[in-house]
Amino acid sequence: MSQNNAYWHANLKLMAFCLTIWFLVSFVFGILLVDQLNTIRLGGYKLGFWFAQQGAIYVFLVLIFFYAFMMNKLDRKYDVEE
Amino acid sequence: MDLKTLTYIVVFGTFFIYFAIAWWARANSTSEFYVANKGIHPVLNGMATGADWMSAASFISMAGLIAFTGYGGSVFLMGWTGGYVLLAMLLAPYLRKHGKFTVPEFIGDRYYSNTARMVAVVCLIIASLTYIIGQMKGVGVAFSRFLEVEFTLGLVIGMGVVWFYAVLGGMKGITYTQIAQYVVLIFAYTVPAVFISLELTGNPIPQIGLGSQMTDGSGYLLDKLDLIVTDLGFKEYTTAKLGSTVNMFAYTLSLMIGTAGLPHVIMRFFTVPSVKAARSSAGWALVFIALLYTVAPAVGAMARLNLINTIQPASGESLVYAERPQWFQNWEKTGLLEFEDKNKDGKIQYSADKETNEMVKIDRDIMVLANPEIAKLPNWVIALVAAGGLAAALSTAAGLLLAISSSISHDLMKSILIPDISEKNELLASRIVMTVAIGIAGYLGLNPPGFAAGTVALAFGLAASSIFPALMMGIFSKTINNKAAIAGMVSGIGVTLLYVFQHHGIMFIKGTEFMMGMDKNWFFGIDPKAFGAVGALVNFAVAFMVAKATDPAPEHIQALVDNLRVPAKSA
Repeated sequence: MSQNNAYWHANLKLMAFCLTIWFLVSFVFGILLVDQLNTIRLGGYKLGFWFAQQGAIYVFLVLIFFYAFMMNKLDRKYDVEE
Repeated sequence: MDLKTLTYIVVFGTFFIYFAIAWWARANSTSEFYVANKGIHPVLNGMATGADWMSAASFISMAGLIAFTGYGGSVFLMGWTGGYVLLAMLLAPYLRKHGKFTVPEFIGDRYYSNTARMVAVVCLIIASLTYIIGQMKGVGVAFSRFLEVEFTLGLVIGMGVVWFYAVLGGMKGITYTQIAQYVVLIFAYTVPAVFISLELTGNPIPQIGLGSQMTDGSGYLLDKLDLIVTDLGFKEYTTAKLGSTVNMFAYTLSLMIGTAGLPHVIMRFFTVPSVKAARSSAGWALVFIALLYTVAPAVGAMARLNLINTIQPASGESLVYAERPQWFQNWEKTGLLEFEDKNKDGKIQYSADKETNEMVKIDRDIMVLANPEIAKLPNWVIALVAAGGLAAALSTAAGLLLAISSSISHDLMKSILIPDISEKNELLASRIVMTVAIGIAGYLGLNPPGFAAGTVALAFGLAASSIFPALMMGIFSKTINNKAAIAGMVSGIGVTLLYVFQHHGIMFIKGTEFMMGMDKNWFFGIDPKAFGAVGALVNFAVAFMVAKATDPAPEHIQALVDNLRVPAKSA
């Protein structure tokens, strides 16, 4: 049982890390700090605008695959694979 | 070949493909009918989820919405994609581990309560039925615009098509047709975008084109757009907010948790073979969704630019009405474009000023529907857009119909009303329920009730304020009990409906609004459409207070939660 608890806590930690980035790229970069970031440019894009309409989505994608990859490793480490 | 014949061939060609797939993938057991025997490959499930998720609104309306809201439209882009991060980490793997057929079934099991299950069934049916009205209307619109068929006939044909493959194949048939529909819709969406991006910026990738220089040497596309919209008196495209910053924050959050809580989306993750597959499948779903969602802002901005350039070829110079292009005349007939010569000079003045603006109506849907014509693309591209719009509407409608029918035949009939029903009869019952649901959805599509306009807001509000919190607490708290969950769901829905009805009338009936002297969007400037996040917070808060005052969930339920949290089968 304690093995399962340790697995769950490792999962929660990983989740907290991923959701922090999720929050950062969308709510912080795309909404709260958009005006400040808009002073920086990425080609024809203002950076804040780019995060809100492009960047956040790309980061979301990477996050899900990263989470899935890390969880597969945790599954093996704690020997809880299906 | 003329456009109409070509469109008929493309549209009915795609229907034929859907029928062939449905016949091949007929369902013979309840497991096949509800969850496709849990045998769908995660990448294919991701593709089916993409089609299931991307509705008539995503395909037809979203780019137009962004075109006219600019930066403010970002809430839809982030909200409707960010929900998949929540789904992948907070819900899908654990619900898949539970391994049952429906979302209310999980809620009933976890909260050891048929009452909780029924509350979930009611939320599911209201959310799905309101959502489906939009799809039915989308089918009717696509038919009447592109095939010049009566709206009613178009809708009836659409009902027939979806009936055939959804009733025959259940989840199995729906999954494989959704995969085909995804291919049709993504092709139809990106081909015009590639052409337009190439024409305006010389770059075939719309996501890069949007950040590139114009080929005519007038600088960056977005800078030019900012300049011409502010010239006309509109807010600057790249910085225009949707209400306030607080409103945009709440709106995005509401759409994210609403997305993660929509039963017809969650249900798709019951069809994959394992917990591991459920996690990666959410990633694949977002890959396929992002293909459209990262193109949409380019379509929106470029269509707006093309439209203004047509009406106002140079600064201060207006198009002579008699010389308007063919597409302008075509779409005037449909009532989506309207011109009123206010100063009687025979020219089209377009501006943000309501007094002098002569483009009295520019329906936002036109940004996608007329886009190929505005950009002077070949006829086969226009035919493709018709088939794509239909694919988007039909695939979403099918997923919603399955969510409705499974919640009635499985959660209501099998579990509560007639528990000793045989599998064969349950299968028959779900097919009959689905047929009835198609009939009701079609009827509502033809005679949209007053609340049709607010429907999507309602669906997301309900999913965000009731289903998402109930599911999440059920997984992340071992001790939360039935009373807490029910109180949470009821109060979450309660405050959300109260705020929505206060602004838009009880059941959206005009004249029953009850602002009682309060300002519009009085709660921190939050739009009723963005209120789901507040409803969810209320749900969580009430549930935790009730849980504190009552006994924790019994031992066997705590064991159930422990079991959910690990992929391995319990010893």
